[in-house]
This record gives sequence, C-alpha cells and structure tokens, in this order.
Amino acid sequence: MERIPILKMGPFLLVTIQVDLYDRLALTLENDLINMVSKTEAKGVLIDISAVSIVDSFMGRILGNIASMSKIMDAATVVVGMQPAVAITLVELGLTLAGVHTALDVEQGMELLRNKIGQIDTDEEGLYDSFI
Amino acid sequence: MIVLSKEKLSIQKEQDVVLFRNRIKELATKIGMSLVNQTKLITAASELVRNMLRYGGGGITHLEIVSKNSIPGVRLVFADEGPGIKDVTLAMKDGYSTGKSLGLGLPGAKRLVNEFDIKSEPGKGTTVTIIRWKNGL
Repeated sequence: MERIPILKMGPFLLVTIQVDLYDRLALTLENDLINMVSKTEAKGVLIDISAVSIVDSFMGRILGNIASMSKIMDAATVVVGMQPAVAITLVELGLTLAGVHTALDVEQGMELLRNKIGQIDTDEEGLYDSFI
Repeated sequence: MIVLSKEKLSIQKEQDVVLFRNRIKELATKIGMSLVNQTKLITAASELVRNMLRYGGGGITHLEIVSKNSIPGVRLVFADEGPGIKDVTLAMKDGYSTGKSLGLGLPGAKRLVNEFDIKSEPGKGTTVTIIRWKNGL
C-alpha cells in the first residue's frame, strides 16, 4: 500500500507530501501521524504541501483533523508552503482551515513550532511563579 | 456553443480520480487557462467526482473542450446511476450533508466554476455539468 513517509527531527515530525493525494492516502497519513505523535511524544508536526496542487474539502478536513488530534496529544501542527492558487481556491470553496497554523515555508514553520514549545515552557514557569 | 473535443472516463475507484484530475489539467493547459482557474476547476471536479463515487457508486465522466463567442472553456459532466438526491435545493446548501462530510462539496463546487447544472431523480441517478471558461468569467 502507498504511504507518505513521516520523518522525525528532534521533537518534531516532518511530512512532505510529494504526490497528489486521494482520499485513502490522506486518511492513512492522518492515522500514521497520530500514531507517530503518540509513539515519539513529538511536540510539533510540520506538514509541507508545497508540491500539492489540489486541496479540496476532504483534504482540508484531514488537515484540520490532524491539527485537532495533535493538539489533544499535546503537539502543535503547522502547514507550510501552500501554493497561492490553492489558497485562493480554498477560501472560495468555503474552507478557512481555522485552527490550523500556517507558515510560508519550512524554515518559518520550524521557527513557529520552536516558538510554540518555548511559549509553553515560559507559560508553565509563569504558572509556577504565581503558585509560589 | 461548439464542442471542440470530447472524451469519456469511467470512475469506479479512488485511484481513477488521480488520472481524471491529471486529464483535466492537460485539457485546461491546452486552452491556456491560468493556474488559478485550473486549480478552481480541478478542485470543483474533485468534489463532484468524490460525490459520484461515495453516493452514486461510481459513474461516467465526460471531458470536453467547448467554445462560446470564441472563448474556450472546459466542460465536465458527471453522470451516475446511483440513488439520486431527494432534495437538490437542500443538497446545494452550505453545511448540509447526509454523510459525515463538511457539506461543502456541492455548494463549494458551484462557487468554483462559471456554469453549474444539476439534475437528479430519486432512484435513477444524478448528472452534474460544470463549465469553467478560460477567462474565468
């Protein structure tokens, strides 16, 4: 069965989608990613869709699902590299990807994830301080 | 309206969708459609072909290059012999779904194309026809 590879990079999981997705492939990715988040205790998931030319409502829903599920598993999700034509089409379709963090490229996406982890640390420190 | 080219593609399984999308891209590129217009057309087609597979049990698609007032466009027909849609007006509403989807498929697809026509008869099937013109108007 065809599968999209998931790479582990420090505390993050990295997925680069290089093929045009069909529904089953997208569902398998959703499943694999959530299992990997649990197994590796990843703190962030970065999905690069720069090679994806079509994102329809199903694919959009999968991206949203991955973000929600990761969040419950204490990991942040960022989707990077969306082509301008795809962004225009998504909004016209009626899908705004609310709840999914986005960045223009992998570098900025990584930065965003690092900041998110940093933020959590400071938040917890703050909580601790106020506790004392 | 003149039909400049015509072909048929049967859609019976999910993998057929990838081939179908690629073929639309070839046709749209052939008439010089911009990338944004192409993306809108293929996304709309992707929604409709999913409906055809999920609710209609697969079907036949027609891919045509048409021309009106010397402006070319791509016309796609999705015909299935599934159970049909009971209430087409309701099915065209944003957020309505009998499945577990977001309910954006039909209304979203309509927004992404220039011409949209749906005919459905319970027990006989559904036929959706869409056109996107090269200039996007």
